[in-house]
Amino acid sequence: MNPAFSVIFFTTLAGASQGLFLALFAVELSGLEAGRLIPWGAATSLVLAIAGLVASFFHLGHPERAWRAAMMWRTSWLSREVIALPLFIAAVGLWGAAHVWGWGYTPWIGAVAVLACAALFLCTAMIYVSIRFLQEWASPLTVLNYTLMGCASGWTLASVLAAMTSSRWALTLATGALCWTLAAAAGRWASLRRNARLKPRSSVQSAIGFDHGKVVQRSMGFGGGSYNTREFFHGKSAAFLRSIKWWFLLLAFVLPSALLALTPATLPWLALAFALQYLGLLAERWFFFAQANHPQNIYYQVVS
Amino acid sequence: MTQLALVIDLNTCVGCHACVTSCKQWNTSGSAGPLHDFSPFEEDPTGVFFNRVQTFEVGEFPNTQTVHFPKSCLHCEDPPCVPVCPTGASYKRAEDGIVLVDYDKCIGCKYCSWACPYGARELDEQRQVMTKCTLCVDRITDQALPQAQRKPACVLACPSNARLFGDVHDPDSEVSTAIRERGGYPLMPEWDTRPANHYLPRHPTGPSNSSDEKAGRS
Repeated sequence: MNPAFSVIFFTTLAGASQGLFLALFAVELSGLEAGRLIPWGAATSLVLAIAGLVASFFHLGHPERAWRAAMMWRTSWLSREVIALPLFIAAVGLWGAAHVWGWGYTPWIGAVAVLACAALFLCTAMIYVSIRFLQEWASPLTVLNYTLMGCASGWTLASVLAAMTSSRWALTLATGALCWTLAAAAGRWASLRRNARLKPRSSVQSAIGFDHGKVVQRSMGFGGGSYNTREFFHGKSAAFLRSIKWWFLLLAFVLPSALLALTPATLPWLALAFALQYLGLLAERWFFFAQANHPQNIYYQVVS
Repeated sequence: MTQLALVIDLNTCVGCHACVTSCKQWNTSGSAGPLHDFSPFEEDPTGVFFNRVQTFEVGEFPNTQTVHFPKSCLHCEDPPCVPVCPTGASYKRAEDGIVLVDYDKCIGCKYCSWACPYGARELDEQRQVMTKCTLCVDRITDQALPQAQRKPACVLACPSNARLFGDVHDPDSEVSTAIRERGGYPLMPEWDTRPANHYLPRHPTGPSNSSDEKAGRS
């Protein structure tokens, strides 16, 4: 597929927002003093989720009709996501407001937000999992990895905010971020291994129904390109794709893990870890889309 | 239940692209249009088509065949593009099985095109809505046209009669007979989309749609 930056930013921003909220809610449930961490964290989570929502609008040809996308929740994971995202934003906003203005009931509001958060992780990933012929995506590992990578970046960001608000939570949250980052690295590695072994179920033979022998395309039927030649292929070389893979493994997992494990839990180091990790997750998401090999490309191989 | 569909005879398709141009002409001029083109007279023309004719080479030299292969929406009986649509703009008509897009509801999210393994959907990048073959729904249902004209533009344009049109759920229809008697097959059966459109495989000798052969004069 040809990665769209609107969707790359939406999924990474929303993931970090969700992970950050979960980290903050874990802090709240511990019952220990957290100072200004929770109000500031809730505000940050809210801003990230809204930024993601704004980014997602750039994927639409008719953003003014976006409200219609909530209609088909019975069948469409995209529609379900369109409902889950505002629910999550509203719940986190309410939870943060309840903390700031001391309304009480914050564990209950937070629990509702956790449900919305889990639903959002599930819906976002299922949008990709449910397209069965995009074999690189059609795996439970996609749900697992969206969740783990969201938690990893969210926990890292929570540790940054803890350091900023001089909360004693920085080290604990950094340790949690390290655990999530290692888990996400394992999950992503598993999906890379799975995808490397995939056998495409469609072939040029099944695409045109000549099941025997050698079949090659001589002409896709037009010369100047079409939506089909632009939307479904990234247009980069295999070497470029491989290099992005190593960059995201390094930036999203290896370097943040090293920083979180080996450096003191102070603001500059944690901020560096988050910056590198977010950059790495942007590269990871680009790769996630680019690696998916759409069977329609079989019909669009040769111009002549 | 009616399921309208095309059956395409790969024995007689000569790859002339008359179905492509007649499709574009009808659909850019009618109620579904316009289908936009970008830089049509420049070096890299691009634009929306509902139908494409592609060319494949089958076999090893010197025993090769050139196969001209028209491809448009297959109007799947279990279309994966329909349930994924978040707005309900993509739908399959109950009365005749045609898969359509309501351009007034489409938000241009492109998800349906991702969910089509055949690449049958093309976004109109000017109008920013998803478009696709309608089986010329505005033509085949037009009571003002004489009965013989109520067929998709591509079917009427084909000079070698390689395109048959009809109800594949009616066992006595021309299309059902052709599928049954001449081994009509669907594309990419591995994805269980159950395409309504079928293709008639090549036969070294045997029946074709040519009237000469039907009359036994060939």
